[in-house]
Amino acid sequence: MTIPTDFSSNNTGAADVFRGLRVAITGGTSGLGLALVRELLGRGARVAFVARTRERVEQVARENAGAHGIVGDVSAKEDIYPVALQVTGELGGLDVLVNNASDLGPVPLAMLSDTECEDLERAFATNVLGPFRLTKALMGALAASAREGRGAVVLNISSDAAVNAYPGWGAYGASKAALHHLSRVWGEEHAADGVRFLSLDPGDMDTPMHAAAVPDADPSTLKRPEEAARELAAAVAAALGRRGALMTAQAAASSNSKEGSQEGATL
Amino acid sequence: MIAANQPLQRPPDAKLLVVGAGGGIRHAPRASFVEHLRAGDVVIANDAATLPASLPGFHARTGEPVEVRLAGRPSLRPEDVGHFSAVVFGAGDYRTRTEDRPAPPQIRAGDRLVLGPLGATVERVLSHPRLVSLRFDGGPDEVWAGLARHGRPIQYAHVTAPLALWDVWTRIAGPPVAFEPPSAGFALDWHALAAMRGRGAEFATITHAAGISSTGDEELDRLLPFDEPYRIPEATAAAVRRAKSCGGRVIAVGTTVVRALEHAAGGDGTVRACEGVATQRLGPASRLRVVDAILSGTHEPGTSHYELLRAFLDDATLRRTIEELDARGYRTHEFGDSVLIERVPGV
Repeated sequence: MTIPTDFSSNNTGAADVFRGLRVAITGGTSGLGLALVRELLGRGARVAFVARTRERVEQVARENAGAHGIVGDVSAKEDIYPVALQVTGELGGLDVLVNNASDLGPVPLAMLSDTECEDLERAFATNVLGPFRLTKALMGALAASAREGRGAVVLNISSDAAVNAYPGWGAYGASKAALHHLSRVWGEEHAADGVRFLSLDPGDMDTPMHAAAVPDADPSTLKRPEEAARELAAAVAAALGRRGALMTAQAAASSNSKEGSQEGATL
Repeated sequence: MIAANQPLQRPPDAKLLVVGAGGGIRHAPRASFVEHLRAGDVVIANDAATLPASLPGFHARTGEPVEVRLAGRPSLRPEDVGHFSAVVFGAGDYRTRTEDRPAPPQIRAGDRLVLGPLGATVERVLSHPRLVSLRFDGGPDEVWAGLARHGRPIQYAHVTAPLALWDVWTRIAGPPVAFEPPSAGFALDWHALAAMRGRGAEFATITHAAGISSTGDEELDRLLPFDEPYRIPEATAAAVRRAKSCGGRVIAVGTTVVRALEHAAGGDGTVRACEGVATQRLGPASRLRVVDAILSGTHEPGTSHYELLRAFLDDATLRRTIEELDARGYRTHEFGDSVLIERVPGV
């Protein structure tokens, strides 16, 4: 295995790793997703982002020159191919897919036995079925990128709730556990196609989602989404740099999963 | 042949007729396609995803309903979605056979077309009163959003259920530049690609803007296939070189791949990475320089696809092939069965 220079240098001069790369990010108008849009645009990537609310999509597209805004709901089966069409149409292909859009399940958080079935279904539709369908629809574009030597990475945003049994986080945690396992199987099945899968926990961040889950959390104790976005970008850059090598990132499944993204970056 | 009328890309009973280089004909399950490959072969497919290129709407000057079928564009560049050539149909939709569709109102340069959220201006009427070049309003992202929201896959009456994009995107679909699905690629799935690797065969792709296959109008159909832009990546050109240097075969999945590779080929059969526009028609007089075999749908005499098969086989063998397809109940059209034809030397 040879390690390209862009891998060893990804913490310093790595902007060029993303330059011209085509990246799609779901849930791109707030929290971590928005921070990722800005981080990757800033590093020279061509970015398309997906979110449900037209006004927010248009606003983020206006405020971030060059970003392609796509209105769509990843939890809705009928939206997936129209989203995939716009992603590959507007970017001309795809090198990196970030399945970031997530649903907490019941808000306020609830014990599983108090969780409405509809809330659990929505969490699974957004956190499992959406990424499953969108990744499947975009796998052809990702594999084409890998064949052409550009590398291809799917980053699925995981959570420590995927491995730890936190009371009140059942719907979210179970759905993220399912997504994490999808990532692992995908990674095995598509390693030979050159498509890498990362399942990473960004940590507890100061985002609208965290505020909905833990309204009285002290924001100063939480990670800034911009910081998490930088760490995740480094992990993706490392995975791109390791194309040709077999890579299974199991950060979220590790016991100290809070360090997930760093671990992914240095795997 | 029987028309395949269910939108199933890989029905479990799909059939494959194999014509060997000696002209011998065998029958096999299509799922066994990969077993016909050898180490050193390279299988090349068209990775174009299919546009929702059928746009219902109306002709502003007369208020009459129309269906616009996008049919061509100048290049594959993502931002190059302002201009298209298109075939205009009158009232109705795919459920009426194209040859029975009413004509659209007379179309003139400057006419406006209202196609759901998309607005377009007719720039010119081309070589036929129903073939126009049009320009969409708005920037590329607005055009993509409008197509995604309003467009449907182009469809014909033999499939009765309305098609969705997931019905027509191949497993390997990437850039959405085809106007109709590169349907020979329906035979492929990720398992098949893994099996190819297992046999020591390579897999590579080109991107080719496969055009529409039929308009229902004899005059217009004579103009098919329209010019089709394509792109051959360096990785694919290299895979062709490897196959040629080790005696492996170049196996094209679908007629569009043959058209692109042969268009890009130098006189000595070398293929370089390039972007081009395939303008040629392949037929009995064509000498194939690159492609050794084709995995294709079944095609009936009189179509441009059938003419292309004549570049692979002498007419007697092709006649026997068609007789076998008929006799054995092979299904035709985009969701039909397949043929794997190795070029008969000397054709």
